[in-house]
Amino acid sequence: MQFMGYKRSEGRAGIRNHVLILPTCACGSESSRIVASQVRGAVNIVFNTGCSDVAANTAMSQKILTGFACNPNVYGVVIIGLGCETVPHKVLREKIEAMTKKPVVSFGIQEEGGTLKTIEKATRAARIMAAEAGMQQKEPCDISELLLGIECGGSDATSGIASNPAVGNLSDRLVDLGASTIMSESIEWIGGEHVLARRAATPEIHNQIIKVCEDYEKHLLAAGQDCRAGQPTPGNKDGGLSTIDEKSLGCIFKGGTRPIVEVLEQAERPTKQGAIVMDTAGYDISSVTSMVAAGCNAVIFTTGRGTPTGNAIAPVLKVTANEHTYQWMEDNMDVDLSAIIRGEMTIPESGEMLLGEMEKILNGKLTKAEAYGFSDIAVDHVCRFV
Amino acid sequence: MEIKAIMLDAKDNVATLTEPARQGDTVRCIGGTGETLVSGAEIPIWHKIALKPLEKGSSVIKYGESIGELTENVKKGDWVSHLNLKSVPRDYASEYVSVQ
Repeated sequence: MQFMGYKRSEGRAGIRNHVLILPTCACGSESSRIVASQVRGAVNIVFNTGCSDVAANTAMSQKILTGFACNPNVYGVVIIGLGCETVPHKVLREKIEAMTKKPVVSFGIQEEGGTLKTIEKATRAARIMAAEAGMQQKEPCDISELLLGIECGGSDATSGIASNPAVGNLSDRLVDLGASTIMSESIEWIGGEHVLARRAATPEIHNQIIKVCEDYEKHLLAAGQDCRAGQPTPGNKDGGLSTIDEKSLGCIFKGGTRPIVEVLEQAERPTKQGAIVMDTAGYDISSVTSMVAAGCNAVIFTTGRGTPTGNAIAPVLKVTANEHTYQWMEDNMDVDLSAIIRGEMTIPESGEMLLGEMEKILNGKLTKAEAYGFSDIAVDHVCRFV
Repeated sequence: MEIKAIMLDAKDNVATLTEPARQGDTVRCIGGTGETLVSGAEIPIWHKIALKPLEKGSSVIKYGESIGELTENVKKGDWVSHLNLKSVPRDYASEYVSVQ
């Protein structure tokens, strides 16, 4: 199986060819938004961190920023910094240049003499980059260049019964074709971790999966929090999910059945091909952020209650098996899987249908969240700002 | 009125309703053992119905796995939800396997 994508000099191919306007810290976010609004082909993220942080938080935000810049859907990067942040724009630029050959330029608001002067220079740089990006032709790419992020959010009982098994079937099909998939949200393995671990390719990976869950619970307990107090969410409970165990046993279906070949930290790039899992928060926005920073060029997202979320860099394909949600929130839902619940479509049939939808997205069809230009982001953190 | 419910595994002691049920409705399970029972309560769509009498402290089984323990006795046909079911801590130590 092939798709028409943008070849990169290193790593996977892109399915989009964005110019990314990247703030180094919160202070560069508004200028980045304005530059992106001025240049067709440019996207921006709003960054709420990047300064006054402990080392562990800084390390996480740097992984997200460099990971976004290196994502294959990004043609080039225009960085906007302030000047007094923890990692200034020149340092971030050099880090990114050490990781990728794509064009990267950077500006500092204090150096340039304010936001208007910075916006002028950055807009000009972005315009030139977008013009060059427009010259790059799509080429046939093997499906092995796909790294699909698999996410769920706003789950209800239809998620575990239908949409997650359907996406799991899609994941199996993609892995069999040579592509890779990442399932994240480790807090939503708790209660089903013993089932998930059976898929581990090695005993070491089995134990890594158990340890990720044990460590997550301990981490929250150290902050005086029981993970069972926040999971399931009130919406999950209204949708028929009573305990974290019930939610998790349904959640893990979305990763499919193929052997798990690697367990990644948040925003870490995979080193293996196949079915992969990542240790991220159950907060869906944060989890998608981490998977896109790890290089996912597309994301599939199951929901029961309905959610609008989108990512600036990778298209997010929204699927639901809740018939009411699909009809009530059709402007945010891409694929209706409610035929599974009605007994009119089998899981393998739904997986085949999703493979067809995914092929269209890889070849350029916009998802609904993508067409609206949604750019949600949440960077996970370990403690208070300083 | 006949209501449908999805039973995911033959070991399950609850099924998930695909329509809201009123007390006295007949509930027919799709999948699992395929049994039929009478709803003992008003149960919202996508919520669980008990397929047999279950004692306080016993495990509720869905997907063939325990999803928690009951905090009260439940009769056949009753509504099982976050109001009478709680998660119990994991025994992680027992889940690790030996690495050669």
